[in-house]
Amino acid sequence: MNPQASTSPLSYDVVIIGAGPAGMAAAHRAARHQLNVLLLDEQPEVGGQIYRSINSTDPQREAILGPDYRHGHALAAQVAEHVAAGRLTYWPNTAVWQVDTDKTLHVLRDNRPVTVQAQAIIVASGAMERPFPVPGWTLPGVMTAGAGQILLKSASLVPSEPVVLAGCGPLLYLLAVQYLRAGVKIRAILDTTAGTDWKLAWRHGRGLLKGWRYAHKGLSMLREIKNAEVPFYRGIEDLRLEGTDALERVRFSADGRQHSLDAKLCLLHQGVVPNTQITWSLRAEHEWDTDQLCWVPTLTEWCELSVPGIYVAGDGASIGGALVAALQGDLAALGVLRQLNPTGHAGLSQEAATLRAEIASHLAIRPFLNRQYRPRDAFRIPEDDVLVCRCEEVTAGSIREQVALGCTGPNQTKSFSRCGMGPCQGRMCGLTVTEVIAQASGQSPQDVGYYRIRPPIKALTLGQLAQIDP
Amino acid sequence: MVANALFVRLPAQRGSDASPPTVSVFLNDTPLALPADTSLAAGLLAAGVTRFRNATVSGAARAPYCMMGVCFECLVEIDGVPSQQACLVRPREGMRIRTMDTLPGMVFPEGGEVRRATRSANGDTP
Repeated sequence: MNPQASTSPLSYDVVIIGAGPAGMAAAHRAARHQLNVLLLDEQPEVGGQIYRSINSTDPQREAILGPDYRHGHALAAQVAEHVAAGRLTYWPNTAVWQVDTDKTLHVLRDNRPVTVQAQAIIVASGAMERPFPVPGWTLPGVMTAGAGQILLKSASLVPSEPVVLAGCGPLLYLLAVQYLRAGVKIRAILDTTAGTDWKLAWRHGRGLLKGWRYAHKGLSMLREIKNAEVPFYRGIEDLRLEGTDALERVRFSADGRQHSLDAKLCLLHQGVVPNTQITWSLRAEHEWDTDQLCWVPTLTEWCELSVPGIYVAGDGASIGGALVAALQGDLAALGVLRQLNPTGHAGLSQEAATLRAEIASHLAIRPFLNRQYRPRDAFRIPEDDVLVCRCEEVTAGSIREQVALGCTGPNQTKSFSRCGMGPCQGRMCGLTVTEVIAQASGQSPQDVGYYRIRPPIKALTLGQLAQIDP
Repeated sequence: MVANALFVRLPAQRGSDASPPTVSVFLNDTPLALPADTSLAAGLLAAGVTRFRNATVSGAARAPYCMMGVCFECLVEIDGVPSQQACLVRPREGMRIRTMDTLPGMVFPEGGEVRRATRSANGDTP
């Protein structure tokens, strides 16, 4: 389609970052319309985190993971078909370290630097788990529920000893159910939700009805956990993970009573949030989502950022789950088609409208989920002694002291304390820092803002930098 | 070592391959067989490694947290290059891996002169 593309192998109509459901669906649509497409992903296989290792799974794993995981097969098969037919270029093991507003991408492909030029970019870099800053969350043996699930999906690895699951949200219960199916012993589930507000549930009744499939799934998961007689503690407060060089015990109070459980492994989860590292690095507009308590990039109805020609689809745009992500990937690809050839596609607006309606119907349950599994303040805005920045080991108390000294935003915490300047570049502390500063200074998170994210957004060596052709 | 591992592989089903293909690597100069088809971080966890690196300020033990390339807690030295995300690479035959608690730190002796601590290992890294 693009004449330039045929002369230079490293120029594409559209580059899609991330091969999860959004990226795979976008690639499928773009390839079907004969665009010159590059799909790149950090992992060695397509699938993203939700359909991780979908091409190399086995029947045992599939039975444990359940039917939602198997949805990934159709998307992965479409990608494989386009790649085999030469309609789609797919680069696994490729990390993006810089994206420019002129749609140039700098990537490390199998550790070698490559520069790619695109007409349009679809960022489908997905979600990450919300930070869970509690005392001891940096100890070996404390991981996320997502990490536990990734080990199951990609390596058939399960906890060797009874595991403690703590937090809230559908993923925590899903992992519990998958572990039970795999015969894993669960020491306890510590539920940190505030409890069901039935009045609120009633107010969200329409959403619950429209999203009955999701609601039904949630209830049947909880029933499966209950039937397995897993110790289930509600109303968790003062969660502390203790040990010297590794986790030894989990302390908490539940409904006012103190508990201590010996455990070597505790998996934490309190929802997922968009991974906005790329969109922030582009200086794109973001808004603080007061329901999902996270930053979301501001998008047009075609999923386009405030930076023209750059689109965001999937959980990197706003948390909606895998099915919504695939629909948004499709929609973003329509946006790209429209951009590249504004008059050339009859019926495109109609198709987009259908997709938007489908997305809205999937999202009907979200207001209820956002309320029901809203992580409590105490687990997002921790006490003074808790580490917020894991890399540079900065506590919430230190950030509050900085605010008292006149620090007004996350970028100043960097110069005060190196907070956010370690290898993860603020991914693990950014949300917490925004909320701690907001609380301490009486500003809104929107006014506090976020770190100024600068490339390289993935570490590269000076040697790799030197290999780049000028 | 494996006796202490936090994670174990699910017992293989009848009819399927009993064990996955492995590659031989060196972990802190000790030979180790790791599954070839899973991430290095997953392989090391299943091999009983609990300490991947030391926190840069306090020196506290750290290990993988997210397993998806976000937390940077699984950093190890691979073939002489420090701070590689073990969750994003697969082990290769002959790979030399060092947990980053064995790397030379800075020693501040009395008098203020800074020198590099010597590594106890064979010193074949840059």
